[in-house]
Amino acid sequence: MEAVEVVPLRRPWLWLASAIVAVAAAALAVSIWRNPHIDHAAVARFQFAPAILAGLRMTLVLALLAAVVGWCLGVLLAVMRLSASPVLRIAAGAYTWLLRGTPLLVQILIWGNFALLFDRIGPFDTNKLITPFVASVIALGLNEAAYMAEVVRGGVLAVDRGQADASLALGMSKALAMRRIILPQALRVILPPAGNQFISLLKATSLVSVIAGGDLLTAAENISSANLKTIELMLVATFWYLAITTLTSLGQYVLERRLARSGTGIA
Amino acid sequence: MLVARGVHKRYGREEVLKGIDLEVAAGEVLCLIGPSGSGKSTFLRCINHLERIDAGRIVVDGETVGYREHGGRLWELRERDACRQRASIGMVFQRFNLFPHMTALQNIIEAPMRVRGEPRTHATERARALLERVGLADKADAYPSRLSGGQQQRVAIARALAMQPKLMLFDEPTSALDPELVDDVLDVMRGLAEDGMTMVVVTHEMAFARDAGDRVAFLDGGLVVEQGPPAQVLAQPRHERTRAFLARVLGTGAAR
Repeated sequence: MEAVEVVPLRRPWLWLASAIVAVAAAALAVSIWRNPHIDHAAVARFQFAPAILAGLRMTLVLALLAAVVGWCLGVLLAVMRLSASPVLRIAAGAYTWLLRGTPLLVQILIWGNFALLFDRIGPFDTNKLITPFVASVIALGLNEAAYMAEVVRGGVLAVDRGQADASLALGMSKALAMRRIILPQALRVILPPAGNQFISLLKATSLVSVIAGGDLLTAAENISSANLKTIELMLVATFWYLAITTLTSLGQYVLERRLARSGTGIA
Repeated sequence: MLVARGVHKRYGREEVLKGIDLEVAAGEVLCLIGPSGSGKSTFLRCINHLERIDAGRIVVDGETVGYREHGGRLWELRERDACRQRASIGMVFQRFNLFPHMTALQNIIEAPMRVRGEPRTHATERARALLERVGLADKADAYPSRLSGGQQQRVAIARALAMQPKLMLFDEPTSALDPELVDDVLDVMRGLAEDGMTMVVVTHEMAFARDAGDRVAFLDGGLVVEQGPPAQVLAQPRHERTRAFLARVLGTGAAR
């Protein structure tokens, strides 16, 4: 019998909706591009200015340091939450409640003004010890730890209980089982939200501008307060934030794909 | 080899084990049968102290499991000692519980290396021999996700054997398997029994209990209702509850 040609379903309304969205997006882009109030030359000039690049470097440094502090402390807090001691559990729970229940901005302001609370720490003058940079790292790191604690705890709980049973039945201690069996499996569940946390952290670093943390936004604001080209400098900052978050998202995607392929159970 | 006296266990308000008395001699195979909720799996998990007990005691090879006697009372052992005891009691689970991020071979060498400090080459050699013994020598580098249920369970048995246990516990080892895969696993277990391993098997496979078991114990409501040789318990049960259970499971009042 002759093969009959198959005609796919025609969707006229979908085509119309797509056309409308495309036209609207193009119109928006054109209106921004053609806007006489935007000094495009200024944007181009400042995009790679040394002060901006220094701020960008600081943003990345802050994010990485806060991530390291946050993730290490987060794992510790998660283990405390899962421990047999009610004191450790409550302490970790209280920490998470406090740090997640208050705005990061407020926490940054507190650490930035720490000298008002303690003007000396041991033998050190607080202002010299807790510089805006140090205050930024502490604030971001401690805040990150509270969120990572929940992510890690969720990951550990997601691992099938039978894995713990089998590990213990073989004579492994809880610590050995956690290290060799549970945490490696938890990593697969932890990685996507951890990646999202890092991307949020990259953006959250912009908040340290309120204590003159020296990040990308601080640099952009310093320049715009001098030359009054606020929108242009905000566009400069926007492009850089987009660049680093997009690259990080790509890296996260690649890492997740790589982890899924290493035979961790899903063929 | 195994002596359980007056074992009680509670979950909250509910008493799951109401005084279990059982004995297993060295080299003997004891099959535990009974309806779900009767406490068979719970009791099995108490034998290697995966679960705590509330009263009574369990003694394996002369040593009280999980507790130390002092001043007339039983004190829970420190983790290090409990681990040492667990290392010489092997356990096979209904859902295999293989480590998915390791190959079959890595699954088997993990505990001997990390718990007993065995060198890798030696552990690997023994692991290959064990895989050979369960008929999976060619699957050494396969991940669990690539193995059938029956193959996974056989690897799990090899993994438990790698620690050279004195006693092997089986918690419904074939309940999660497709019928055609069950025999492969039961054959391995029969082989173990013939080699003289002391085994406690919670199972619904009455044919296995009859052929490979030295004794069968019927549990119901947290107590041992009846125990004896398979020919007696399965074919001529003395208690009404045993009869009723066997009738439901086998379709007749006796093992076929």
